[in-house]
Amino acid sequence: MSSNGRREISYLEAVREAMVQEMRRDPEVFLMGEDVGVYGGAFGASRGMLEEFGPERVRETPISEAAIVGAATGAALMGMRPIAEIMFMDFITISMNQLVNQAAKIHFMFGGKASIPLVVRAPAGSGTGAAAQHCQSLEALFMNVPGIKVVAPSTPYDVKGLLVASIRDNNPIVFMEHKLLYRTKGPVPEELYTIPLGEAEVKRQGRDLTVIAYSIMVPRALEAAEQLAAEGIELEVVDPRSLKPLDEETIVRSVCKTGRVLIVHEAPLTGGVGSELAAVIAGSEAFDFLDAPLRRLAGRDVPIPYNRTLERAAVPQVEDIVAAARVLAQEGR
Amino acid sequence: MKATMTEAQTSFSLAVADGSRLLEELPGEKLAWMLQKMCEIRYFEEKAEELYIRGLVHGTMHLSIGQEASAVGSSAALRSNDLIIHHHRGHGHTIAKGADITLMMAEFLGKEPGYCHGRGGSMHIADIPGGNLGATGVVGSGIPTAVGIALALQMRRSDQVLLCFFGDGAANLGEFHESLNMASIWDLPVVFICENNQYGMSMSVRRSMNIERVSTRACSYGIPGETVDGNDVLAVYQTIFAAIEHARSGKGPVLVENVTYRWRGHSKSDRNLYRTQEEIDAWKKLCPIKRFKKTLVEAGVMTREEAEAIDVEAQATIDRAAEEALTFPEPSPENMEAEVYAL
Repeated sequence: MSSNGRREISYLEAVREAMVQEMRRDPEVFLMGEDVGVYGGAFGASRGMLEEFGPERVRETPISEAAIVGAATGAALMGMRPIAEIMFMDFITISMNQLVNQAAKIHFMFGGKASIPLVVRAPAGSGTGAAAQHCQSLEALFMNVPGIKVVAPSTPYDVKGLLVASIRDNNPIVFMEHKLLYRTKGPVPEELYTIPLGEAEVKRQGRDLTVIAYSIMVPRALEAAEQLAAEGIELEVVDPRSLKPLDEETIVRSVCKTGRVLIVHEAPLTGGVGSELAAVIAGSEAFDFLDAPLRRLAGRDVPIPYNRTLERAAVPQVEDIVAAARVLAQEGR
Repeated sequence: MKATMTEAQTSFSLAVADGSRLLEELPGEKLAWMLQKMCEIRYFEEKAEELYIRGLVHGTMHLSIGQEASAVGSSAALRSNDLIIHHHRGHGHTIAKGADITLMMAEFLGKEPGYCHGRGGSMHIADIPGGNLGATGVVGSGIPTAVGIALALQMRRSDQVLLCFFGDGAANLGEFHESLNMASIWDLPVVFICENNQYGMSMSVRRSMNIERVSTRACSYGIPGETVDGNDVLAVYQTIFAAIEHARSGKGPVLVENVTYRWRGHSKSDRNLYRTQEEIDAWKKLCPIKRFKKTLVEAGVMTREEAEAIDVEAQATIDRAAEEALTFPEPSPENMEAEVYAL
């Protein structure tokens, strides 16, 4: 419980609660993936679920990512609502053909006569010392594929509501869970609720500069905002929450208000989500309100390194956001 | 539960399946229907080729002329509510599963009333209410999807069975291995049908694998494997029927290899540089339609005239379908973005 009496649980527990409550509500929902049964999933997301739902609905698979996503696609084509857990987002690449060429295409390619209500949950991001093949943030790849939705929650409250909404959505969804967020805690209602995909949230109001951040970069941006507030610089932090669909309206409104925007993400800079966000803003009415150039602060264009110092340096940290925002707040004045 | 190694390893001789007893067991209308569907497939594809040459078709197409017995013999063994998923060379499966030929032709021509409103085309015809869950254009990609379809059937305690068609080329993909293994460990109600037409585009089976029979791969998954003369529609029916019964009874998947041959090139870009005219001519002598007609007439199921009447009517059906489909409206490009996501 938090000090105001609201229940607090972790991001990981919120993921589990969303799955459990949806599986209790709807017999068509089931989970499949590697080690999701007695092991409880590599990060413990499904711990205890085998006991409640049994091996048919908490379905352990061999190490076969293509068949996991492919089979989930087939079950979804039949009207079931599979949740496929891919142990690390990096491993989605093994199932890319099924996700990109099958799941994403079927609805349109078959003239709207079939749909694929599929959620692919994937732990993403660096900070765990697992190096280049277990730490990627691949959201930009999927944003460029019509037919797929991409969701990247930053808080326990958001992850529950967005996962429930994703399970109920009739389309294939790549659901990014950041590994460093799993242990973060926050207030989460016990009852079922949904957060519609495509609704951004202003996580912090501020007058001087808009920071657009998602996933792990939201708590980092909020911490940076606290530090800069002490210097009299007020950041507004906008969390898109789902990258596709994207809530352009909330983003544009915020930039119109502050006149400055810093886009922050962990994934590499080149061809990243920030490029799309920047283009959206530059092409909107917010362009006329810009007092300084659009700035992007993103992961460096390198594979995630193993060494702790190098790993930290590869992606934006709180101090990087503080420094970039401080400079941007003065630019063009 | 699982097939014995003996079953998987020894029962793949081409001589095993003899469908001749079906001439007595199956009703005459069923046998006539099978001939009708085989003729319709042949004439549909010849018409498709003609429309292409006349410049009325956009894109490419993959013709299964010469492989009609595989599609018809397999589908004929299904119950009406059973399901299929298939591949880019899929006109035959679609017709054999009972699709409306006019709507198929419309899809082939990219017309709005077509099965997929002209969004899919020749490689992606699906007839969901008819139990045809669609053709995939990426070799082997439907195999993992098949695992999930069969999984849904099993989880819902359905007695339906799925036929999953793919070619010899697909049998060399990782997805083939992952999927047959997964279907086997879960005893899923699916029959995997490898239509071995001897070539993956230009690469022959002889060069692409070091085994005589694709069906021997079944032993890797502990499931039965069979190879059948895919140009003998009754042998295909008999083999697939047995495989379907195996899958329907909860014993798990079966891998069946229908050995056949495609007369035409892989697609329209094919110049047949990888095989000889003698080889093609030799296989044309094994024409599945001529063979079936001869069998039916010799067994007294129908007269030569009755067989020819079925053939002539099939040609007329295709001509009418093409004529009507050509008059259908084109789709509008205006609101395509709104169709990408399901509501």
